[in-house]
Parts: sequence; C-alpha cells; structure tokens
Amino acid sequence: MSRSLLYAGLSAAAIIGAMAVTIRLAEAAEDKSLTVVSWGGAYTKSQVEAYHKPFTAETGIAVVNADYNGGIAEVKAQVESGNVVWDVVDMEVGDALRACDEGLLEPLDPASFPAGDDGTPAAEDFYPDALNECWATTIIFSTVFAFDDSKIGPNKPNTIGDFFDLQKFPGKRGLRKQNPKATLEMALIADGVVPEDVYEVLASPEGLDRAFAKLDTIKDSVVWWEAGSQPVQLLADGEVAMTVVYNGRLFDAVAAEGKPFKIVWDAQVMEYDTYVVVKGAPNKEAAMAFMRFATATRQLAAQASWIAYAPARKSSLPLVGKNAANGEDMLPNLPTPDKGRAVTVDPRFWADHQDEINQRWAAWLAQ
Amino acid sequence: MSFRPAPRRIEEYRFDRQPPREAAIPTARQNRNGLLLTLPLLAFIAVFFAAPIGAMLWRSVSNPLPASLMPRTAAALAGWDGATLPGETAFAAAVEDLRALPERQDAARLGAQLNFDYGGLNSLIRKTAREAAKLTPPYAESLPLLDRKWSDQAVWAALAVGTQALTAKNYLAALDMRYGADLGVVAAPEKERLYLMLFGRTAWVAGLVTALCLLLGYPLAYVLATAGPRTAGVLMILLLLPFWTSLLVRTTAWIALLQSQGVVNDLMVWLGLVSEEGRVQMVYNLTGTLVAMTQILMPFMVLPLYSVMKTIPPTYLRAASSMGARPLQGFARVYLPMTMPGVAAGALLVFILAVGYYITPALVGGPGGQLISNLIAYHMQQSLNWGLAAALGTILLGAVIALYLVFNKLAGADRLRFG
Repeated sequence: MSRSLLYAGLSAAAIIGAMAVTIRLAEAAEDKSLTVVSWGGAYTKSQVEAYHKPFTAETGIAVVNADYNGGIAEVKAQVESGNVVWDVVDMEVGDALRACDEGLLEPLDPASFPAGDDGTPAAEDFYPDALNECWATTIIFSTVFAFDDSKIGPNKPNTIGDFFDLQKFPGKRGLRKQNPKATLEMALIADGVVPEDVYEVLASPEGLDRAFAKLDTIKDSVVWWEAGSQPVQLLADGEVAMTVVYNGRLFDAVAAEGKPFKIVWDAQVMEYDTYVVVKGAPNKEAAMAFMRFATATRQLAAQASWIAYAPARKSSLPLVGKNAANGEDMLPNLPTPDKGRAVTVDPRFWADHQDEINQRWAAWLAQ
Repeated sequence: MSFRPAPRRIEEYRFDRQPPREAAIPTARQNRNGLLLTLPLLAFIAVFFAAPIGAMLWRSVSNPLPASLMPRTAAALAGWDGATLPGETAFAAAVEDLRALPERQDAARLGAQLNFDYGGLNSLIRKTAREAAKLTPPYAESLPLLDRKWSDQAVWAALAVGTQALTAKNYLAALDMRYGADLGVVAAPEKERLYLMLFGRTAWVAGLVTALCLLLGYPLAYVLATAGPRTAGVLMILLLLPFWTSLLVRTTAWIALLQSQGVVNDLMVWLGLVSEEGRVQMVYNLTGTLVAMTQILMPFMVLPLYSVMKTIPPTYLRAASSMGARPLQGFARVYLPMTMPGVAAGALLVFILAVGYYITPALVGGPGGQLISNLIAYHMQQSLNWGLAAALGTILLGAVIALYLVFNKLAGADRLRFG
C-alpha cells in the first residue's frame, strides 16, 4: 500500500517535471519563431510546404501558423491596442491597401527584394503593382467561368460572350451575390470593352449602366451563390449550366474528385493575394527576411505544385512543376495573364467606388 | 332570453374560483428593500440592453470623425447656400484642414467616411492630403488644377453634409433620400432605391410567415394539448428536436430538399407530377425563405398556443354542444376566443423574430428573398457604414415598438401568454 503510494508520488513528480521542462523548451523555441497568419486549409498547407519548411531549414527560425478569415479588423485591434502578436499576414490586396492607408503596416523596401533567378530586378520581375511599400504579392488567383463537359453538349463555350448567350447555351448561370467585383468586369468584356479600358469605362455612369444592362440579359437565369464552395456544388448538382467560380476551387474539384469540369479563361479577373508585415510586429527583422525569402523565384514556383494559383513573379513560371498529388502539369491550370482576355482587379478603383456600386448592386438584385 | 355564455365571463368565472388574496399594503421599508433586490437586474439591463441601444441611436445621428478632422471646412461651409461653388475661404479651409491632419492615416480614415456620401471622395481626399503642402493660393484655382473634381459642386455639398457633427444624412439614406448638390433633400436615383422596398418586403414576409405558422401551428397545438400523455410526449419531442438543431444545419437541409435537383423535385419527377424539364424552383426565392422560416419559427407559435390550450377544460366544448352549438360554432364562439391570448403571443413572437431574420434569407432567399436585416448586416460587416446600419436598425426598432403598442391596445399585453 505505502509502496504503491510512493510510486504514484514519484510518477506524479516525474510528469510535473517533464511538463516544466517542455514548457521551458517551448519558451526557448518561441524566442526564435515567427507568426505567419493565413487562410488555413489547403492554402496554408501550400505555404508551409513551399515557404515555411525551407525558411526554417535555412535560418533556424521556426514559423508558427495562425488562421484567420480575412479583413483588417484583427490587425487593426492589435495595432491600436499596442499588443501585436502577428508578424506576417496573408491579405487580399484590397485589405492590404486599406490597412496600409490606415497606417497598420510596416513599410517595405521594394529594392531589398532579391532579383529573379534569371537576373531580372524584382521591380520588373513582379507583375505591375505586385510589389510596393505596402505589400509583396505571393500568388494571383482568378475569377473565371466554368462548365460541366459531360452535360454541356457538343458545342463548347470558349469566350465570355458564350456565358451571356442563352440561345446558344441554354441553362442557368451561377454568379456571386455579395458584391459585383469581377462580375461587372466580366460583363463589360462580354460587351466588347478591351481589358485595359475596363476600369475607365466602369468609373463613368454610362459605363456602369452598360455593365448592368449586360447583366440584365441573363438576370432571370441566374442562380446566386455566396460561399466559394457553392459554385462547384451547383455544377456538380446540375443546378447550373455554367458558373462563375474561383479557379483554385474548380481545380481542386477536378484534381481531387475527378469531376469533368472545364475552365474558360477568357475574361478571367485576376486578383493579387499579398504578404504584409503588421506595424510593430514582435519579430520585424525575421518577418522582413521571411517576406524576401518566400517571394523569391523558386519558392513562388514551388507553391504552384501544391495549389492552382499563379506565382507573382514572371521568372517563376518556367520553374513551375507538376501537381504534388496527381502529377499533372500545373502551368496550364494557373491563372496567368496569357490565357484569354485577362483583367487585374484594381484595388484603388474599388476603394473609391465600392460604396455606391454595391448599393446599386443590392438594389438591382432586389428588383 | 337565451343564456349566451360570453367567453370573457368564463375566464372571470375561472379567476373567481381562486380564493381572494389578502391585500397586504407594503411598508415603505419593504418597498425600499424590494427595490434594492431588483438593483442587480436593473444594472444588468442598463449595461447590456439600454446602453447598446442608446449607443446605436447616437451613432445614427453623430458623425464625429470628419467633424473633428475638418473643423475649418465645416465652419467655412456652414453658411454656404449651395447655389454656386463656395468661395476661396472654403477652398483655403479645406487645404488647411488637410495640411493639419495629425497623422498620415487620418486622410484614409476621413476619405473612407466621406466616401459613403459621395463615391470618389476617398481617393480625392487622400490625394489632396498628400499634395496639400505643395499647393499655392488662390486655392480656388490650384485645387481644381490638382483634380478637376474640386470644381464639382456635388463634392462641396458632400463635404458640407459630411463634416457636420450632427447629421440626418443616415436617416435620409435609410429612406432612399439624400442631400443633393444644392443641399436640398432629393430622392435617390431610381437605380439606387432599395431600403423602403426592403422594409415593405420584410413586413410582408414576416406577416406571411406569421400567418403560415398560425395556420399550421394551431391544429398541431390542439392535438398536443388534447392527446394522451404518451402521444403528446412524442409530439413534443418531434416539435422540439429541430429546435435543438443548429439553425445553419436546418437551413442547409432545406436547400438539399428543395433545390431543383433535390429530394422533393426528384420525388415529383419519379411520381410523374412534373416533367424532367419542368422541375419547380422552390429555393433561392421567396418560396424558399417562407418555407424555411416557417419551419424554424414554428415552435415559437406552438408553445404559447399549447400552454393556453392546456388550461381549457374539454368540458367547455361539451357544454357548448349540450346547449345546441354545432362543432364549428362551439369552436368559433367558445374555444377560439379563449385561445386568443396564445394566438396573440405566438403571432407577436413569430412576427418580431421574423422581422430580424437574416441568416436564413441570406442562404435560401436568393436575390428576391433578401430582407432589411441582410442589409444591416452588410453595412455592419462589409461596408463598415455603421451610421447607416444604426439608422436602419433604429427605424426597424421603432417600427417594432409601434407595432407592439398598437397590438397592446388591441389585444392587451397583460392577457398575453408566452408559454
């Protein structure tokens, strides 16, 4: 009896001791770690494989993951309360612009970013406005439209005009409901506006009318979706003949589930996804080093093996390999500007006009 | 003279059966102690109920940030009549305000706020704040040279309205109106009119859902109240089971059932009721919203009805028929009037809850099923136009309170039975 008590006491002491040592070790490791915040899921996994692991291997700095759901509210709260715990945050370019304007970000030095592997200086290697004082873009994702090859019939759609052609391709269309970003751009291109002029046209009242008039032609046949996973489901269920969809989501459905879906790249609306450093980040130097490392030619190219998003550097494209899961060539599946008539989302246009355009969108939807 | 038992009499009779209470008059000391006991509750209500509502009311009329960042412009434009472009004083005041912004990010915060009233002010303010140091007088010339928008009278009207510390602009916007370029109140352009229509639709949908809940819930509550204990127990579990399921799960289940390739349509095609091409659109429209909201809000109708019906002895109906009332007559003259407190309470609960619904309409409503709460949520979470969200919320709150008062006058709140 007393002996078993002794054993129990000893093992309890051992457990407590071990816990104390573990905690001490964890604290020690935290001294050389960096918190990188992203969107979770397959996307974070692609960053861990392509950026975090090689960065830790090279510098010894551990990278801690955290997830969030976008927006600038949390960054703002941390900066304004003076309790900053995040170092690097993965932000949509519109949020990055706003956070930067509100002084929530550490300024970057674009000149300190390494040249591409082919020797092109960073300023020219990145796509326009992908690298500046506020953000360094990692990937480009695209809003495109897609159809189910097994159900569409012998004629296949190949331009955005076909999406708006209910005679040639009868059936419902899927469009995003929350706001008209990307949708208005697509409508204008379908109406014959060249991609370079899209935002100039959209800024004028007549141009906006023109985009809405084009959407009026299919409004009665639209099924509206909200979450990014919905359009893939709508296609799978046969609820729509064609739908607007994020290219990465559609690729996953094809690669992982073998769905016979096809993307039409014409009038793709490309949007940047960026890395930023939070103002007053606890590990600012390491964060800057991480940004430069992660956005180098090879790391950006490596990420494309894990997820169907395009690298933000032109020099990365020749190095893009095969899909890590099914061995498919990735380059044809990435939203690069050479596919179809491509537009890049202008975050400054939307910062200026989203209030009145979104109001008009809501009114148009409700009518 | 025939004996006609008015329902009101029956109730009085019921109360009369209870022994009369001793009417004890509390002393002043007891009164004070009683008040002290309610203090924690009063404090709780003040902090978690009254204060947030007060803050919302205040936010719908106050506009502190632009007023504090552009005090000179606000003063210079105070006497402006809006007939022509303002004079050099206003231009100089604007430049001086933008030069004096305490921090770089203030231009962005100011721009984002002013942009709610006039699209494009966001970049105009930031650009002008960046270049303000380099501008030279007369500013009435140099500002339009920097950006021609500065010679647009609508910009100045937006500044005059947007820099007032107290403003009615949010209420105007919530009623599809706004201040025009000459500072007069005008209707919003037809393409941007939205909120009045949505208020109307919200009331209409909430009314329909209440009517459907009553129509379906009344017989259900009757069965519940009159069935034997075993059956009633099973029915009660069936009624409450969905109530304990997550709102999102139930709403999504309705999508799976009602969509055009869903269970219900498949069944109808299989039975030959509709053709493969003629599948009925039952979700992503008003029908979907009505079906899902009626199912979700049903317990709020059934439970008050049940609690009232449970107290009505079956002998009353038998008494009615023994005196020659046909079943329908007995129901209409005896049973229905006695269940009115439950009907009123259930209808009030369901209607008020329905008016504030937004997750279900957002998911199954499609564009035609959006309600006013969806727009309030949008302005809270997406556009961050909290002033407008507060104004919309205040109008909604006012409408619900008005409805309650009217209802109280008609039905009497003291007679409501909430279950």
